[in-house]
Amino acid sequence: MKIEISRGKVHNEFSQKVEEISGQNLFACYQCGNCTAGCPVSFAMDLGPHQVIRYSLLGLEKEVLECNTFWMCASCLQCTSRCPKGLDIARIMEAIRLVILRKKERLDHLEVAELSEEFLERVPQIALISGFRKFTS
Amino acid sequence: MGKVGVVMCPCELEGMTLFDPEVLVEGLKGRKDVLPLIHHQPVCSESGVEAIRAFMEGNGLDRVVMACSKPELFGPTFKKALRQWGLNPSLSGVLGIRPTAERKGSDDLQEALHVIEEGIDEIKRRKPAKGEKTPFVKRAMVIGGGITGITASIDLGNGGYEVLLVDRLPSIGGRMLQLSETFPTLDCAQCTLTPKTVETGQHPHIRLITYAEIESVSGEVGNFLVKIRRKAAYVDWEKCTGCGLCQEKCPSKVPSEFERGIGPGKAIYTLSPQAVPNKPVINPEVCRYFTEGKCRVCEKVCLTDAIDYAQEDTFIEERVGAIIVATGFDLYRKEDIGEYGYGDVPDVIDGLAFERLNSASGPTAGEIRRPSDGHIPKEVVFIQCVASRDPERYMPYCSRACCMYTAKHARLYKHKVHDGHAYIFYMDIRSMGKGYEEFIQQGMEEGILYLRGRVSRLFRDNGHVVVWGADTLTGKKVEIAADMVVLATAMIPSRGAKELAEKLHIGTDEYGFLTEAQCKLYPVESGVEGIYLAGCAQGPKDIADTVAQGNAAASKVQALFAQH
Amino acid sequence: MEFLYFPGCTLYTKAKNLDEAGRECAKALGFELKELSNWTCCGAAFPLAKDNIMALAPPARILAKAKEEGSTLTTLCSVCFNVIKRTNRLIQEDEEKREKINTFIEMDYQGDVRVLHYLEILKREVGFESIRGAVKRDLQGLKVAPFYGCMLLRPAEEMEFDDKEAPTIFEEFLESIACEPVDFPYKIECCGAFQSVGAPEVATECAYAILISALRNGAEAVTTTCPLCQFNLDSKQKEIRERHNDFPGIPIIYFTQLLGLALGLPVEKLEFHRNDVDPRPLLEKKGLL
Repeated sequence: MKIEISRGKVHNEFSQKVEEISGQNLFACYQCGNCTAGCPVSFAMDLGPHQVIRYSLLGLEKEVLECNTFWMCASCLQCTSRCPKGLDIARIMEAIRLVILRKKERLDHLEVAELSEEFLERVPQIALISGFRKFTS
Repeated sequence: MGKVGVVMCPCELEGMTLFDPEVLVEGLKGRKDVLPLIHHQPVCSESGVEAIRAFMEGNGLDRVVMACSKPELFGPTFKKALRQWGLNPSLSGVLGIRPTAERKGSDDLQEALHVIEEGIDEIKRRKPAKGEKTPFVKRAMVIGGGITGITASIDLGNGGYEVLLVDRLPSIGGRMLQLSETFPTLDCAQCTLTPKTVETGQHPHIRLITYAEIESVSGEVGNFLVKIRRKAAYVDWEKCTGCGLCQEKCPSKVPSEFERGIGPGKAIYTLSPQAVPNKPVINPEVCRYFTEGKCRVCEKVCLTDAIDYAQEDTFIEERVGAIIVATGFDLYRKEDIGEYGYGDVPDVIDGLAFERLNSASGPTAGEIRRPSDGHIPKEVVFIQCVASRDPERYMPYCSRACCMYTAKHARLYKHKVHDGHAYIFYMDIRSMGKGYEEFIQQGMEEGILYLRGRVSRLFRDNGHVVVWGADTLTGKKVEIAADMVVLATAMIPSRGAKELAEKLHIGTDEYGFLTEAQCKLYPVESGVEGIYLAGCAQGPKDIADTVAQGNAAASKVQALFAQH
Repeated sequence: MEFLYFPGCTLYTKAKNLDEAGRECAKALGFELKELSNWTCCGAAFPLAKDNIMALAPPARILAKAKEEGSTLTTLCSVCFNVIKRTNRLIQEDEEKREKINTFIEMDYQGDVRVLHYLEILKREVGFESIRGAVKRDLQGLKVAPFYGCMLLRPAEEMEFDDKEAPTIFEEFLESIACEPVDFPYKIECCGAFQSVGAPEVATECAYAILISALRNGAEAVTTTCPLCQFNLDSKQKEIRERHNDFPGIPIIYFTQLLGLALGLPVEKLEFHRNDVDPRPLLEKKGLL
């Protein structure tokens, strides 16, 4: 339950990378929770999107990368469209996905081999393509 | 005509280096009609003022232009000084030449020179008042009859000065008249306010000009000429006794603006049974006679023949020496908030509507019943910071009073509906007044559930108002199927405040709030000498603060009058 | 009236019912859909990473080709519409990215193609009044809930499609073909999108919430503009029923199929057999077949 905070940890390399890829200023978030409140998939998330922003700002890379929030994000932009601070939260989620997917070792979130033939038969290309765009490197 | 003196202030305000006075003077060197003063002290310093006096006197100048960075700050003081030296302030100009984007950029310099040259030409055109100086009128006008304007008027009246109190509505009292109880004491608002409105109405030095708007203003401190439009009331107030029969018998029931749309009003109405003045007006937009050509019930029942459908707007001209602007606030319209259903979700009301719901004089006689079906709501959600603190979509500022009045609403609700539950969505609690924090804490202890987060969306489903909020303390999304939702919407300047400010030549900020000369030391002065600001017209605040500002503005006017 | 038409991958296969009906309706309404030549996939997701220029190349190339062949490009699929419209806007506004993209695709495109969704063509170019006049089959009494989803509406300042919180174009369309639009709060929510691949049970829950809300508000059918919404709302009803035994099922019909029905097109051209929940029993009950 305890975290130690210091200059080097807050806003560390990880949070800066998230800011760079997303183009968003994590310090601008005032933690109102509007993103979590309007998120259609927050019911399935370990952390609300606002918490992911907070954890990222504090430099808690491990906790962030282990949560499922950004994998659950459907890029529906409801959070972005209502953020009172004008943060594009969907871009922040994408940035965190990319922090993982751009690592040297392949860390794909989705394996084609694991999808059943029956499912592949049914599912439209559009779902597969966008899914692979979001979940694989 | 003699030369025009030009004074350049070399001040470095807020770390911003202004133009080098020598360079500015160099730019004016072609003009034979000016005499520049270069002095290396800021004009607001003691030696600066003295230098200007010596310069004017020594060169026999009576016309002067001063160029400085903040004319709204130093202008009034400068003109006062001129008057003390026996010079005519109307032959002087105070110009702002603050560099804009790039410091000391050459465009900026050209722009500043242009401003100065235009100022010189303007001052040269001015004619000195002939003969004796115009008399200084020791009589004030207060625009806005809310608690701020009332407070200022009573102070001035008690000080022995004559006051004209102008209000747009038929009677005085303003927003406070709509309130049920006030924090942190839970005093009845009407019981506190009514003695004040009555005192105002009966005060020998206060003249009420209600149902009226400012048409135009000219002149200057000591001698403003104000033209006022008195709107047609369609009732002869001289004849009317205020018996209320017309209102009782009027057959048009319309949603009343005063009741915030949750209760009916009549086409002929007074704002409250204790209205001051207690005289009705007809709203021609909803009156059956005006819209359909027949009815005339009010005319038939009136015992004194006071109804006059042919009445027209009239105009009054008054001279006053000082003006206090206290035009108050409106609430951000819930009809403009998309994610909360654009005002179309039943049983979603704003804070003022809740005040009416809770008022003994309101449409439910103070019983908490939701507007859609009159049921007593058992799950009530209050939402703070609606359209406030939202730089991306709405108003970026904090509306200051909402934390407190929302706590008050929730507590009053709990006091009346014992088995009901009150939830408050908040971002931060700002309870900085005396007794305020204690008030909030008591509300929490009484069982109000505070949820820390915004509400993203409201919609109607399954007979409820569904609330999608967040509780950031647990990190979770919160869904509540509420019976009623109360929005603490942002305070915004009242309709027409910006237009009025233009008529008065006083400044407004980007939201339309009137700007004070300086936020710390000149909080009730406008940029124009003799015009003062008070109350929510200047920015959101609660009653205690607004009354303090009303007092302050009145005391400024009394000090001004006492000097003449 | 002629518009360039970008079908997109799914409309050639799984969403033939959206595509065919759209083409047939265009003929019936007297405007031409000229299929863009040699088109490629749009990428199916607008890249949200600021540094992902690569993903902008396919939609930029589509736009640049469209510029060579016409001036207005239309799509039926909401996802394609979103990707292409956002890319177009970016090319218009961001000079640096525009140059990079043009270098990459070896074309010179300035962002001057007009991108409209088919619904916008119906509203702005054809006019709902003309559609009303062209109606041959009376759909009166058919209660349809229009599902907008995300891609048409957001981000609102880029899509410039409709009010993001309370859009009405779909309702206006339904009224023009005499359907009774059913307003329901979930019409602007997300169907689960690509989570049908990543977290299928999450997408199922999203679909359930939408459909149960439509049903509760009296809908007999839901209509969509997007093959991804259609998949999540239509094809996943089996999964929904496995998780929620109170769910009765509801047909999901593409808006072009409804339009075709109203315009009196032969039913076989509307390919209702491709819809997973067969809408034909409902349409038959309503006397529409």
